[in-house]
Order: sequence, then C-alpha cells, then structure tokens
Amino acid sequence: MSSIAEELAKKQKEISVSEFFERNRQILGFDSQVKALIMGVKEAVDNSLDACEEASILPEIQVRIERVEKDEYKVTVEDNGPGIVKRMIPNVFGRLLYGSRFHAVRQSRGQQGIGISATVMFGQITTGRATTVRSKTAHEETAWELDLIINTKKNLPEVLREEPKIWDGKDHGVRVEFFMNGRYLSGKQSVMEYLKQTAIVNPHAKFTFVDPEGRSITFERASDDLPPPTKEIKPHPEGLELGTLMNMANETKSKSLSKFLQTDFSRISDRLAKEICEKAGLDPERTNLRLLDKKDNPGGLRLEDYKRLIEALSSVKIMAPQTDCLSPIGGNLIRKGLKNVLTEIRPEFYAHPVTREARVYAGNPFLVEVGIVYGGDLPKEQPVQILRFANRVPLLYQQGACAITKSIERTDWRRYGLEQRGGEGIPYGPAIIMVHVASTKVPFTSEAKEAIANIPEIQAEIELALKICGRSLKTHLNKKDTKVKTKAKFDIVQVILPLIAEKSAKIVGKPVPSLSGTITKIMNVVWIDDSVAYEKKAHKVRVTIYNYTPKGQKMNLHMVLPQEKLDYTGLQMFPAQVKDDGKVTWELRSIPTTQKVEIQFQLKGLDQDAYDENEVYVSGIDPSLVIGADPLPGDWDVKALQISESASAEPVEDDEDEVDYDEQKEALSDD
Amino acid sequence: MTEQEIGQRKAVKELHNIAGSIYDQIDSGKIPKMVLPLRTKSNIRFDPKHGVWKYGKATGARTAKKTNGAMMLLRTMYVLELIEDMIEQKKSSTLREMYYISEGWDAAKFSSQDESNFLAEDLEIVTGCMREDFKLRPEEDGARVMGDITIVETDRKGKKKTINCRDDVGDSGYGIPYNVEKDKLDLVSTDAQFLIAVETGGMFDRLVENGFDEDFGAVLVHLKGQPARSTRRFIKRVNEELKLPVVVFTDGDPWSFRIFASVAYGAIKTAHISEYLATPTAEYVGITASDITNYNLPTDKLTDMDVRALNAELKDPRFNDDFWRGEIETMLQLNKKAEQQALAKYGLDYVTDKYLPEKLTNMGVTHR
Repeated sequence: MSSIAEELAKKQKEISVSEFFERNRQILGFDSQVKALIMGVKEAVDNSLDACEEASILPEIQVRIERVEKDEYKVTVEDNGPGIVKRMIPNVFGRLLYGSRFHAVRQSRGQQGIGISATVMFGQITTGRATTVRSKTAHEETAWELDLIINTKKNLPEVLREEPKIWDGKDHGVRVEFFMNGRYLSGKQSVMEYLKQTAIVNPHAKFTFVDPEGRSITFERASDDLPPPTKEIKPHPEGLELGTLMNMANETKSKSLSKFLQTDFSRISDRLAKEICEKAGLDPERTNLRLLDKKDNPGGLRLEDYKRLIEALSSVKIMAPQTDCLSPIGGNLIRKGLKNVLTEIRPEFYAHPVTREARVYAGNPFLVEVGIVYGGDLPKEQPVQILRFANRVPLLYQQGACAITKSIERTDWRRYGLEQRGGEGIPYGPAIIMVHVASTKVPFTSEAKEAIANIPEIQAEIELALKICGRSLKTHLNKKDTKVKTKAKFDIVQVILPLIAEKSAKIVGKPVPSLSGTITKIMNVVWIDDSVAYEKKAHKVRVTIYNYTPKGQKMNLHMVLPQEKLDYTGLQMFPAQVKDDGKVTWELRSIPTTQKVEIQFQLKGLDQDAYDENEVYVSGIDPSLVIGADPLPGDWDVKALQISESASAEPVEDDEDEVDYDEQKEALSDD
Repeated sequence: MTEQEIGQRKAVKELHNIAGSIYDQIDSGKIPKMVLPLRTKSNIRFDPKHGVWKYGKATGARTAKKTNGAMMLLRTMYVLELIEDMIEQKKSSTLREMYYISEGWDAAKFSSQDESNFLAEDLEIVTGCMREDFKLRPEEDGARVMGDITIVETDRKGKKKTINCRDDVGDSGYGIPYNVEKDKLDLVSTDAQFLIAVETGGMFDRLVENGFDEDFGAVLVHLKGQPARSTRRFIKRVNEELKLPVVVFTDGDPWSFRIFASVAYGAIKTAHISEYLATPTAEYVGITASDITNYNLPTDKLTDMDVRALNAELKDPRFNDDFWRGEIETMLQLNKKAEQQALAKYGLDYVTDKYLPEKLTNMGVTHR
C-alpha cells in the first residue's frame, strides 16, 4: 500500500505560479483574443498611473497598438512617471506576485503584482517574443533598455539584452513594448472604451491613443489637481477574522496586549485597548500573545482567548477607519471628468455627483461615488449605460455579476424619473450611471478583477449613493417639467392670447381689450425664471420674476452664491443682505399684477464648471403661488428680515369638470 | 335674394357672433372658450325623427387655458377673417387651399389638413351653416354614377344640361359634382329599380362591363372608399326624391362596415348634418362575414388594426343591433376578411350572374 503513496509522492512536485497561470490564463482575464489586448493595455496603463501618482507627477500616457500580422499586435505604452531603477526592472516585469503593494493596506490600482508580468508572459506564450522595457529615472544620465522573458518554471525573469540608450527629450518615464496574439475591435468592450472610461475617472491624466489604423485620439487633462497621495494604514478591527488576528498576534513586535491592539490596528486608543481587554477578560499588560502550546509556549493565549478578543473588538464602538488612505475622485472632478469625455453627446444634465463617507467591510475601508449624466444625444429607449469603476479602473466585463449592477437593479428608478418595469432591473432612459468603488482592498469576484463581489455593506452604500444622486436627477426633471408647462402657459399669454384679442377686436370692430384679467386667470402664478451663462470669463446670472397673479405681490428672493464672487459693478438691483457664507437676499417690495422684475448680476473669478445652476428660494409669499423657486429652507437664517405672510390669492373660478374639447383621447374619425 | 346669398348672410352673422363672444370674454377678464358638442362615438344619439345618428348633449370646451385650445381659438379667428374676406370678394377656396393659406398665419398655421377640415366642421356645428356657406369646398369631387337616371345639371356657365347617366355618358359614368343641392342638380326621372353603392373602383368597373345596370335595372354609384359628402347627399336625394331603394356593396372588412354606417346611419365626423347625408333605409349586401364561409372566398388574416377596429365597432352605438353584432363577432371568430373582388375566384361573371342576384333576391330588392 505504501508504494502507491510513494508513487504519488514522486508526481507531487511544486508547480510554479507562472506555470499555473500559463495553464489557467482566464483567471487573469486573458481568456479571449479581444480581451487579451484590452487586458494588456489596462495592466500597463494601471501601472503607469499608479507610478505617476506615487511620484506626484501629472500623468501623460501614450498608448499605441500596431498590427504586426493577422492576429499579432504590438502594444506600446509610454508614461512620464518616475521610471524604474534598472536593477528592479526584471522583477517588476518578469516575475509574478512581485510588487510593492501586495502587503500594503492602501488604495491602488494594482494590488497583487500579477498584471504586467502576466501580460509579459501572455505575450511570450502567444508570440514567442520578448518584452522590451525602456526606463529612465530623473537622476540617471541615460535610459536603459531591456529585452526580457519569464522563465515560467522558476517564475524568474531572464534578461536577453540590456543596453543604455539616449532618450531624447525624456527626463523620466517608462516605455513598455510587448507583442501578443489578439483581436482589435471597437465598441462597448474595447481598448478605446477602456481608455475613455479611464479618462473620465482620471481627469488629472492626459491620454493619447493611436489605434491600428493610425488614428490618434487625445483625451486632454481636465484638471491639474493630482489626487491626494494615499497613505498606508494599519488594519481596522471591524470584521477582523480569527485567523488574521491570531497571525498578527503571533508575529507582533509589540510588548503587551494593550500595545499590540493600539499599534497593530488603526483607530484603537489606549483607553479603548484597555476596555477591549477588560471585556475579553484579559490583562492589558500581558506579554505573551502567541498561541498556547503545551510544550513550546505554555504561557500563551488559548483559542478561546482570541475568540473573546474578537467578540470584545466587535462589541466596542470603534471609529471608522481614517479615510485619507482612500482617494475619492470627488464631486467636482467627477463632473469635470464626465464633461471632458462626454461633451460630444451634449448631455442636458450632470446630476450633482455623490461622494459617500468611507465605510468598512471586514476591516477594509471603502467608499462609493456616483455620478449620473442625463439627456442630450443619449438613446432614450435603451437600458441606461452603466460605467463601473474600482479604484479608478474601469470594469468592462462581467457587468451582470457585479455588486454595482445589482445595486442599480435593486433601486427603484421610477422614483427618479427613469423607466423601469416593475421597479427593478436595469432602468431605461437617456442616462449614464457611473459608480466608483474605492477601497484598500476591493473585493473582486476573481483575480481577473472584472466584477465587485456582493458584499452587503458595499451594496448598501452603493444603493444609498444611487438614491441621493437619483434625487438630484429627479429634482432636475421636475424643474424641467415645470418649466415646460409654464413655458406653454407663458406662450399662451404672451403670444397666442394677444393675437386672439387683436383678431377678435378687428372682426367685431372694437378696440383691443385689456388682457390682464385673462392672463392672470390662465397663469395665476408668480413665475421665476433663471439662467446662467458663462461669457468673457464671468458667469452672467439672470433671474426674472413675472407676477401673473391678479394682484400685486411682494416677496424676498434668496440665492446661494459662491462666496465673495458677486460683482457689484454695474449692479442694478442691490441685494438687501449679503452674508459671508454666500447667502444673498433681495427684497422685492412691489411687483404689480402682470408686471415683471429682473435681477441681473455677474460672478467673477470662478471656473466655468464651478457654477452652473442657480439655487433660488423665496419667502414672504405663499409658496404655492410660486413656480420656478422653492420656499426658503428652515435652516436659513431669516431673523434679520421682516417677513409678512401675504394672504393667498382667492381661488380662480374654474370649470374643471368641463371636458377639454381639444384634449379628447378618442380619434375623431370614421375610417 | 338667392338661397346662396341667404346662407352667406347668415354665415357672416354667426361668425361675427363667435368673434364677439371671444372678445367679450377677454374684455370681462375671463379665459375665452367655445363650447362644442363632443364629436365622439360615445356622444352620438339616434334621432328618431330623421332615422339617423346625430351628436348628443355632451359638450366640451375649447379654451385658451391650454396650448392646443388657445391655438385652435386663434386659428378660428384667422378662419373667420378669411371667410369674411372671401364672401366679400366673391371668391371661394378649397379646404386644401385653406390649409395652405394658413402657412401665412405664423404660429397659428395648421399642422395638418385634417386639423383645418375639422375646424371647418366645428364652425358648421357652432353656426348651423354648411361649409359651402363659408365659401369652402372640398377638393375631391364625388364619385361616378352609371345607370338609367336622368338629371339636369346647371353647368359653370349657368347652362342647364339634361343628362341620362347611362345613355349620355361614357363607360366611366357621370361624375358627381361637389355641390349636389337643388340649384345645381335636379333629379328628373329614372326607370331603374334600385341604387347599388359600390366601394371599390374595380368592382364598379366590373359591374359596368358586365352590364349589371341594364340587366337588373340598377343605378351604380362608386363610393371611392369613405364616400364624400356630395356622394352621400346624392344617394340620399335619389332615395328620397326618386324613391329608389339603396343597397351598399363593399369589401368584407371592419373598414367597409364603417363605410356602410356613414351611408346609412351618418358618420361620426359629420353627425351634425346626418339628416342631410344619411340614407336610413340603405341595406348592406356584402361582403358579409357569413359570405366568407358560404361562398368559400379567398381571405386574408385580420391584422391587429382590423381586430382593434372590430372591437371598437362592438362599442359603437350605430352597430348595436343583432345583425351587426353577429357580423362583427363572426368576423372576429373567423379571424378573416375578404375583398369584393375575391368573388372572381369563380370567374368574372360570377358576381353579376350568381352572387348579387342571389343576395338581392333574398333581400327582396330584385325578383328574378
């Protein structure tokens, strides 16, 4: 019997990681020819972006794809990053699971150190060609160029050639060239789409792409602000698993249990550490934290002790992990990025982007950001377009399996103005929904990093962010709807009615009658129409107040303006009050019936994108009479103002039960 | 004063009243509106006095509160102005011309000719005048007549011409003018036994070629689909003044049922003048739903539109009798429709030798 075991033992040999991946390439996402090309570009670009950001350099990345033979392509990715010192190049590009970020608790694009070396390996397997890397750091005189391959058996790089090169006009940076079997396509899942989406979430980067036809597309930089550098943090205790705790306790350099809790975890203070120890029934000052072993470590902690520690950790209130380890894109830049890339479809509305506070799943901080783009040339009768991002990297595949998609499907979009059968599933309408999940550890469903796993905490956050952003969309759509309806009435009283009066007067041979009575009956509102235009480096704001009620009205009109940007020169109507926080109030003491008042002013010294929608409120008037502005919110300080409630206008005589002759549903026809 | 002048004088007065009402409403600060009977199939009622279907009591308001209503009121003002001008200048225009004249009305221009036609009818309803009084005429003439009937037509030069609609015309028959009132057209005499109104030109020509008018003492009238007002008025006058029974011969489909209804009961669109246009004693020859089975006719499947039309007819008060309910339900059940010309399956003479004689004898119209 033992001989069989012996036989088996002979066959049981170590498989190198490289060999394993060579045989299971789909795990890394190289499972189709089209996808392989995208993956190759993606891995190189991810690395370039990470390197630039770590070195605080505004990234400039060029991607070129050339067709060598029928199925063989040459991919070149060049960046302006810090470069890689020569001796490190072989390991970075030629060894799987080698990287600087594997052990770090921080947000970055690459994590496991598989991507670029897998690309090198894939290229080598499918074309037999080596990868060429050229790199120059700022303090080296020349660049170095290396040809390298991976010895898949040993998981070690082999350098075939290395020589110094003069790199004209390049102070620092890396260029990687590799060959691979693939297929270049355009469309929803393509290199172009990947770069476009990457440009959206990296507005600080400039991308140039030359496709196999030689066409060059550039995504210009939309912002010169680098994302703040991310920091490494200690693990957060929330959701900590027993095994991890035991590993950490066994390897800690801390002298006592209390010190261990304070220094090896984030967000645990001295006081909190003692409270945890007390709850776990353990002495904070105890030194031996390793697992009890009757022979080698009789004074160690028992398994139950660790379990009690875990329980104690989950029962105390611990601050959320610090968020500076995460790098949200931020509302302003999300909007800039979307606008920069999507201008050609001329969207009518960019919902106010949402960046949520960081939350934690299993001790890993994460945060969710959502942006919605609506209207313009987006197709009206198709499912909305979903843009998924994890740590600023677009996710193009496995949409159905992703927590982002699931969250979108579970949200009732009918409330927010999109069509959705039964209130679930992917909604329909002219919209793009963008979701970004940033985390020190994004939980992907597989090593190919194509879809985010369904972690309840993450899904809940995504759903919340979607709802907040959805409300912004709905507010816009409501406003638009009101505008359309009011505009229609406005046309009636401004254009059609005067003509009816004029014509009827002419036919009966009498003077044209006064219209004010009829106008106020048709409208019976105070209509506030506002607009913003950006001209000659200034925002021109116009607010027109039409009194279409049967009597004179007075009110206070409030706006929130960017602080200290109001330009007083040439101002006709001076505000009654301007507060430091940008709240501005005009007192409109008397607007006679059927008259209008216009407020015009300029805002100076703002970015065009910084102000594109007015916030207008009213007070001192029955809000139900007002269209185009909301009543003043309760938290607005109004003490200084004299507010008098005006009685609401008497209801208009109306024959609502009368059938509208011109709005009958039934077609008037016999055939 | 001629009859025509009386009508026009009344029209001017009534149109002034409309403008005056709108003017007064604005002047007193109201939202101007016009109240009109609803022109829907749910608002038509049987008028026992005339034996036809007319608008009921339900009304709707055309008001300036909404864009559509305001626009129609403005168009009404423009049309009033146009009609007044035409009466004054002794001109007239076709409905299509009026539609094109509205091109000069800026925002008030009609968005389709249907819209301008409907407005002309609205004005007929409100004023109790006919559109001829407004100097508006249809561009389409009536259809063709073939058969032994003698008429006197006053031509455009004022000359009276006596015409026998079989002997004095070519094979395409006598063309019904758009105005068939007494001052234009006099019905003198006939030796025919009945009038048969035929939906399609193809079948009309078949009956002409086969000499059906002479063999059976028939006056053939081509309906050209939904018949024009003048065609319906002509049929009614022949029926009333020359005492000829009227039968209607159409395709066997839901749309043809509606053609029959507008000849016999009055069309929904023109229910305000049904007593001028409809011939209550007209009878339906076919193609009936049962003909499809009885004569084993070649058929087409009902389309979704056909099925919707049949279901709408089940709710149409004009079809609310045993015969039509039976026909409609049978057709829905068969899920089939057939054209008049499907009878050619049995040869070109079948319709005149067999089908019509058989049906008409059963109906008691002919004896043979």
